[in-house]
Amino acid sequence: MNKKPKKYSVFSLIKNAFTYHENWQPAWRSPEPKKEYDAIIIGGGGHGLTTAYYLAKNHDLKNIAVIEKGWIGGGNTGRNTTIIRSNYLWDQSAALYEHALKLWESMSQELNYNVMFSQRGVMNVAHNLHDVRELKRRWHSNRLNDIDCEWLDTNQVKKFCPIINTSQNIRYPVLGATLQRRAGTARHDAVAWGYARGADAMGVDIIQNCEVTNIIVQNGQVTGIETNKGKIKSKKIGVVAAGHSSVIANMVGIRLPLESRPLQALVSEPVKPILDTVVMSNTIHAYVSQSDKGELVIGAGTDSYTSYTQRGGFNIVEDTVTAIVELFPLFSRMKMLRHWGGIVDICPDASPIISKTHINGLFFNCGWGTGGFKATPGSGWVFAHTIANNEPHKLNEPFSINRFSSGELVDEHGAAAVAH
Amino acid sequence: MSKKISFTFDGKKYFGNEKDTLASALLRNGVFLVGRSFKYHRPRGILASGSEEPNALVQLESQGFTEPNVKATEVLLYEGLKANSQNNWPSLKFDIGSVNNFLSPFFPAGFYYKTFMWPPGLWKKYEFFIRRAAGLGKSPKENDPNEYEHVHYHCDYLIVGGGVSGMLASEILRQGSNENIKILLIDQNNELGGNFNYGTEQRIYTKGIVNGDEAYSGWIQWLKNHIKKYFNLKILNSTSVFAYMHNNYLLAIQNIDPQISPQNKTLRQRIWKIRAKKVILATGSFERPLVFDNNDRPGILLANSAKQYMEKYNLKLGKKTVIFTNNDSAYQTANFMFRTGIPIECVVDLREKINPYLQKLMDIAKIPIHFGHAITDTSGWLRIKSIKINKIDGKTNKIIGKAINIDCDNLLISGGWNPNVNLFSQSRGKLIYRDLDGCFIPQESFQNEISIGACNGTFELENIFKEAYKKLEHLINPELLFNKFYCEETTYKENIKTIWQIPSSKPLGKTKMFVDFQNDVTSKDIKLALSEGYRSIEHIKRYTTTGMATDQGKTSNVNALGIISKISNRPIEELGTTTFRLPYTPITFGAIAGRNIKDFFDLERTTPIHEWHLKRGAKFEDVGQWKRPWYYPIKNENMQKAVNREVEATRNGIGILDASTLGKIDIKGRDASEFLNRVYTNAWTKLEIGKCRYGLMLGDDGMVIDDGVTSRIGKNHYVMSTTTGNAASVMSKLEDWLQTEWPDLKVFLTSVTEQFATISINGPYSEKLLNKLCPKEDFSNNNFPHMSFKEINVLGISCRIMRISFTGEKCYEINIPSNYAKNLWEICFDLGKEYNITPYGTEAMHVLRAEKGFIIVGQETDGSVTPIDLDMSWIVSKKKYDFIGKRALFRSDTIKKGRKQLVGILTTNPDIILEEGSQIVEKITKKPMDMIGHITSSYYSPNLKRSFALGLVKGGLDKKGLKMFVPMINKNIEVEITNPVFIDPSNKRLIA
Repeated sequence: MNKKPKKYSVFSLIKNAFTYHENWQPAWRSPEPKKEYDAIIIGGGGHGLTTAYYLAKNHDLKNIAVIEKGWIGGGNTGRNTTIIRSNYLWDQSAALYEHALKLWESMSQELNYNVMFSQRGVMNVAHNLHDVRELKRRWHSNRLNDIDCEWLDTNQVKKFCPIINTSQNIRYPVLGATLQRRAGTARHDAVAWGYARGADAMGVDIIQNCEVTNIIVQNGQVTGIETNKGKIKSKKIGVVAAGHSSVIANMVGIRLPLESRPLQALVSEPVKPILDTVVMSNTIHAYVSQSDKGELVIGAGTDSYTSYTQRGGFNIVEDTVTAIVELFPLFSRMKMLRHWGGIVDICPDASPIISKTHINGLFFNCGWGTGGFKATPGSGWVFAHTIANNEPHKLNEPFSINRFSSGELVDEHGAAAVAH
Repeated sequence: MSKKISFTFDGKKYFGNEKDTLASALLRNGVFLVGRSFKYHRPRGILASGSEEPNALVQLESQGFTEPNVKATEVLLYEGLKANSQNNWPSLKFDIGSVNNFLSPFFPAGFYYKTFMWPPGLWKKYEFFIRRAAGLGKSPKENDPNEYEHVHYHCDYLIVGGGVSGMLASEILRQGSNENIKILLIDQNNELGGNFNYGTEQRIYTKGIVNGDEAYSGWIQWLKNHIKKYFNLKILNSTSVFAYMHNNYLLAIQNIDPQISPQNKTLRQRIWKIRAKKVILATGSFERPLVFDNNDRPGILLANSAKQYMEKYNLKLGKKTVIFTNNDSAYQTANFMFRTGIPIECVVDLREKINPYLQKLMDIAKIPIHFGHAITDTSGWLRIKSIKINKIDGKTNKIIGKAINIDCDNLLISGGWNPNVNLFSQSRGKLIYRDLDGCFIPQESFQNEISIGACNGTFELENIFKEAYKKLEHLINPELLFNKFYCEETTYKENIKTIWQIPSSKPLGKTKMFVDFQNDVTSKDIKLALSEGYRSIEHIKRYTTTGMATDQGKTSNVNALGIISKISNRPIEELGTTTFRLPYTPITFGAIAGRNIKDFFDLERTTPIHEWHLKRGAKFEDVGQWKRPWYYPIKNENMQKAVNREVEATRNGIGILDASTLGKIDIKGRDASEFLNRVYTNAWTKLEIGKCRYGLMLGDDGMVIDDGVTSRIGKNHYVMSTTTGNAASVMSKLEDWLQTEWPDLKVFLTSVTEQFATISINGPYSEKLLNKLCPKEDFSNNNFPHMSFKEINVLGISCRIMRISFTGEKCYEINIPSNYAKNLWEICFDLGKEYNITPYGTEAMHVLRAEKGFIIVGQETDGSVTPIDLDMSWIVSKKKYDFIGKRALFRSDTIKKGRKQLVGILTTNPDIILEEGSQIVEKITKKPMDMIGHITSSYYSPNLKRSFALGLVKGGLDKKGLKMFVPMINKNIEVEITNPVFIDPSNKRLIA
């Protein structure tokens, strides 16, 4: 068991300054895997780490391991554009993401790790009558679901974000926008690290560079996993491996309805504050915010082919940057500094799977598509509940894998009309 | 003397020379202090001479022309250039922010993760100040006056890099191939020549045209002039290849006329999209700084960059120069300085000795060398003043003996060379670590590519020559080579002693050994990250931000790896590098957008009748890419009045609609009927030729994705119409199914959306107008009933006329080849005057169809609606073996009762028009309220003389007559669920 971690604070920073910061303890240990755990989480991304954290915290399971093939937070947790919001159309989604948003609001204090959750608001911009209709539908639905959401007309958009081009003579003029003020962005890596530190403090073993090669099932019950670091026993296994969940599901003959596609993003060079909110446009497909470091963080749409390569075509980058320059002509002379690709695992209805399976003790949490980061704490919270109780929480009941046979889909494709 | 060019830096006027970069011009004027660092605001100068520069960032120009974070080393001087320093206040020399430097003990790597958490609500305030402290330059606030463009280019050979290797490669390939090959040589500098590491003094021999021998510098000049003459070799200067994508697709950015100010040109940059059969990478290498205490002061330069400034720009940097090196290449700088009479105080060399030839050169130059010594500290604030050197133990690398102080105003450092493998790595080639000189070099190509010269880890000139011939030999006919070059053995050998972190007499915690200069990442930050458990290279990078500055780690990445390796006692090859990704150097957004902005941003599609609509004063609506007339106001009519007029005219006289934007797909082939059977829910086999049928298309989840009328033109020939917005996606879905699911079906699809224009003539008098148009034809119900089709010659033009209706009125849709559409429209208009023919737009169309209960896909449906939900089970064939979505229609959720169903909705108060998208509840309760549906369409009907709406309501079909509520912000609107057909439920008007 780990000794209680020393609290981070301005006082600890000052204190450590006198010893040249040579006495900080590791944020998490690097243990060798034990022979057996009460629960194993496969995948050390944000969702996996939060699952382990809430299993330990809310459900009194202390003997837990997170098994990560590479380094923690190295998948989409470390590759997204960090937008956090809960203004989803369907009740099921709204409830889940709102639960997550509430956890975001106290995360830094809960973890004693500053994840820089910055509630600078998210605007979803409408460019045609169809957008207006769909966004207003979402606004009304959010409103009645008690999720903060406002409708802004063009002038209010301009007032809230003065640098946006609201001229009515452009190809796709801004006709209005929804605004969720509690929404915003966070420091993505810090989320993984903060939860890892928190989970580690409660005794969770975080095992990196450990690849799962097989899932062992006996009489319809999981009994453990095989890895490149040997066999590890457990009767509860939660798989949170994004696109690679399909690979793991294949090991036990389960076919997941997931498609993995490249999703690209980029940042500009850092500049002094210029954009104080998050702007998303589905019609011209661009979203942008400015990080605390000063970089414009820009997301693109998915490439249209399936792939695990973490790279996409330049045409997508071109379309996205063009849309940004169209919406923010003043950014034309800014420069793209870094660009990267992630792999998003998408379900046919663009909603996640947080579910048990027909194999006892085997659970899946995947299919978050382009919108998983914002759900990170909520996802782990409900998944931990599901693993601990062998039954879904009310919040993730609608996201059972069975919905693909029953047809009870939560179709955020058609409905949301907005990139996640 | 060359021409003098004036420029300003921080408002002060200076003069530079014609070929100067901003960096060389500043140095020429003795300006060594150029910027402030990101975090500690430390004074910084110019470290390097190219794209790797981490320190000398400036804000170029002002207003619309301003550009932040420009590397002074990359800007060519032009008359009137204006540059300002960044990230300082009130001034570059006196920057309040540099208090951070003295508080730096409290700001270690990642300090922000550990604080600013209390009290919880205050983060926004903390963040306000953090954001203002961060960032470097300032974003432009005005629109960009310059333009950008894209060019596509195909070639046999693309050579990236115009240094010795690149030029040699182009000469070998040109000589050794036939005349038809196309070579493109791209170089990031304004002039070919590149940098050079080991061997500038060597002699070059040839047995061909250039007889005799030439010193390297003379030879390179000869080669530069020589290769410019060849027509099959295209050279792009001032151009950087920034991306190496799949299938040898590379992207380069060219600075247009870099020596002309942006104010005096329109076109600023051009992106080249290049597809090359073979790529030769000759991208050279970057000199590595040495990591020692306070290694960042203004006046500290990389040794080879300093040589460039002295040689190429004829500068004399400082008065007292010290060179600090761990390898031979810095001695070239020393020797050059000696030959040009620039004094050197001494050389400090980590090694114990150098080769005898070099030693002799230094003896002649009378340059003292401190062997086995290291610089352990420096002093000076706005410029380096002195250094401290110590002897170090050759084995343990620990300090022994006392420090010696040496005054200097200029320190040139060299820690060896990093091959520039960025593009190679982008191409997915595999790298391998070479311990000998601490380099990552290409191991295995992934694409059709060859790396040569310094970027391949080949540094010595004689080897560069040998390698170029050897690696390119298989591409050419060696007999065609008419001169072959050789180089004498190089004096300067790659002989290096790598100490990643130079020892210091202070504890590491007290030092500032900069690894990433711009982001102020020091060696102790890396140590901190490691000790806190951030062990993966990616974790360290993200925790410390090393390598994430605007220079993208060109000078810092390998040093960081070396230090991680040393501290964590793991071999470098185990750590791996982080992935190199595009762009190689930061790329202007405007250039990426090119011409595709403003008028060219997603080109507008307009119908052949568009001009008429414009003249008529129509207001337009964007539907997909199309501009569709929304309504046609007359004089000062508001929208509601115009729409009422258009709707009434259509119900009482004739309404005419330009429906050309609807997708039209021509379907031909033996299996056309079977194909339709599979893609639509209803049956097609028995549809007679000359008849039309409405179809609903489902996704494989059983949900409606499109609708439209399809007409049977012949036995194996149909024409399908789709919704305007979905035309392209339906076409590609159909093709997808044909090609991947049913390759056995013989069906051919052609989009004819733009070949035909569609004029829809609606209303009780439509038949009369058709009779006037084609007096010989019979348009009566008997001969031309509803849902039938005829090919008819209209005024000499063969047209397809369909009797179908989207308004509920008697309607004829004339499909006419596009060229004639406007004429026909005008003729209809003239002939219809007596029936009050009125053009109507999409808004009136919506009202008309909604009155009749007709759906619009994407409005009444949202991807969660089945045909049964729309109360259209009549259209779902029970007999057909299969169709797309059939299986899904029988899933437990799709057949369950109480799904959302299409209904009509009437407000109790007939004057209230509901908002589309508003939600319906049974009871007003506290939030969250239980929403049972929403309003999909809502209008005022001049025919009903009241508002009306359509909506999707849970179990709606069983709720007709019940009262519900639509809760708005300040009021709750009472509504009643009704039948969705408000006009002519028995179709009397339709078949009249």
